[in-house]
Amino acid sequence: MSIYTYETKKDTRSGFGAGMEFLSLTNPKVVALCADLIGSLKLEPFIKNCPERFFQTGIAEANMIGIAAGLSIGGYIPFATTFANFGTGRVYDQIRQSVAYSGKNVKIACSHAGLTLGEDGATHQILEDIGLMKMLPGMVVINPCDYNQTKAATIAVANFTGPVYLRFGRPVVPVFTPEDQEFIIGKAIKLIEGSDVSIFATGHLVWESILAADILKEKGIHTEVINIHTIKPLDTQAILESVRKTRCLVSAEEHQINGGLGDSIAQFLSTTMPLPQEFVGVNDSFGESGKPTDLMDKYGLNAVSIAEKALKSISRK
Amino acid sequence: MQTQELLSIASQVRRDILRMVHGCQSGHPGGSLGCTDLLVGLYFEAMNLKLNSSNDQVVFNMSGLGEDVFFLSNGHISPVLYSVLARKGYFPVKELSTFRKINSRLQGHPTPHEHLEGIRIASGSLGQGLSVAIGVAQAKKLNNDSSVVYCLMGDGEQNEGQVWEAAMYAPHHKVDNLIAFIDVNGQQIDGPTEKIMNNRDLQMKYEAFGWKVLHVNGNDMAELQLCLKEAKNLLGNETPIMILMKTEMGAGVDFMMGSHKWHGVAPNDQQLEEALNQLSETLGDY
Repeated sequence: MSIYTYETKKDTRSGFGAGMEFLSLTNPKVVALCADLIGSLKLEPFIKNCPERFFQTGIAEANMIGIAAGLSIGGYIPFATTFANFGTGRVYDQIRQSVAYSGKNVKIACSHAGLTLGEDGATHQILEDIGLMKMLPGMVVINPCDYNQTKAATIAVANFTGPVYLRFGRPVVPVFTPEDQEFIIGKAIKLIEGSDVSIFATGHLVWESILAADILKEKGIHTEVINIHTIKPLDTQAILESVRKTRCLVSAEEHQINGGLGDSIAQFLSTTMPLPQEFVGVNDSFGESGKPTDLMDKYGLNAVSIAEKALKSISRK
Repeated sequence: MQTQELLSIASQVRRDILRMVHGCQSGHPGGSLGCTDLLVGLYFEAMNLKLNSSNDQVVFNMSGLGEDVFFLSNGHISPVLYSVLARKGYFPVKELSTFRKINSRLQGHPTPHEHLEGIRIASGSLGQGLSVAIGVAQAKKLNNDSSVVYCLMGDGEQNEGQVWEAAMYAPHHKVDNLIAFIDVNGQQIDGPTEKIMNNRDLQMKYEAFGWKVLHVNGNDMAELQLCLKEAKNLLGNETPIMILMKTEMGAGVDFMMGSHKWHGVAPNDQQLEEALNQLSETLGDY
């Protein structure tokens, strides 16, 4: 059995909502904007506590990003919220010019990222958002793994000055990180110590990586699992320390392999310590409708796939 | 301020614009010349700007709290904004000579990225400035700051969808500390706006969205002064204000007027001389 257990499953977007609720009471500079998706973003408590600090933009995401940039000029800390597809890809140029290039303290906080959005299908299942956002100079990119971490990350990004993309999701997933764990932007968290292979995972695939480590343990393989909640800036020191010991690795993410976390790790290691790496992610395809777990199985984003890739990575040492 | 004083500043700003675009052989003189009177009228009279109490010089704060702020959405007319900011004292006039050259704070399109005093947002990719201005106006309301937000857009820029998202939002949220302008010069890059993408009746459109709409001849300084006063008196009535400002592209230089030819073309040596001969050097060239 894993050293990690959980009592409940919750959605990471509810962690965001809880973080915003906390901020509504503790940080008068935090304001929220939403493009007609209050319920999906779990913003009701924030709006109830401080209605004057909430801005409904209607289904107009481009305008929302601009207004957020304006609010930040006036000294506020805006959280612009919607689904990940509409909050990144749809408004890329608005984020690029009015937020990133302008150096504005805007938090783009998006739910329903990745395949686990489920039945709505590929129009809504963005798998390119990490790539889009990490390419923007100065943009911080965070993809927390469970309810507690999403809440902590939400509070942490409010206290950080600069543009941030905070990505979370719709399905309920195990709550296994400690409620009081401090969230340090850019500081990876080692979950399981191991010596044979390193798994670097982000978001929903962190729990799957813990399960993969269990599968591998039965085969006598000692797996190191590291939660890379911050894709940018990447904790290169933690990565280097781990692979120096394990000499091979797997990256795991609910995202395109192109442009994702694995990409960032490979780019870093290719210039410092080239080692066998395998990638768990969506391989250059769009998603489709279906139950979240069925989709994750079909596209190979689960513990079994991660374990298989780990064995392959080990075999290439 | 006397109209004549403003016109005298405008003459120098027009000289700056021409010399800047000539100096780097690129940039957008047409729209810059057309909007010169507005920007001079705003910065040298209408706007309430923060001054250093010891020497009465303007001081720049990113937040713009407690002072009026201006946003240029059609960022390609950066020469006029740079000249007016420099002439107002935000940065040294000499720096205008670096426009569009390497290692300059005066990028082709305005940006706060190089920390140029007076610039609060990047613009250039069109259609974004009105949204930003609305956000700043709402921040002012949250801060109980009664100062005014100004925003200038182009008429070609009205083609952008985001403009209409913002147009819908501002009256809905009663953003009544905002005065926006459209530079109606009737031209865009590929030709007359009527031919490329007809804006039809901008007054009817904005009124339908809930704006109070005014008209002005943007190249008549006295009329502009009156219009800006009237607009300010209309603030605080739960409606944003849109001023449809008719201008002539290239205003002030006879051979640059009446065509979109000078939208994004710099004058050569001879053309510069001919143009400068029509504008008196009132404040000293940089």
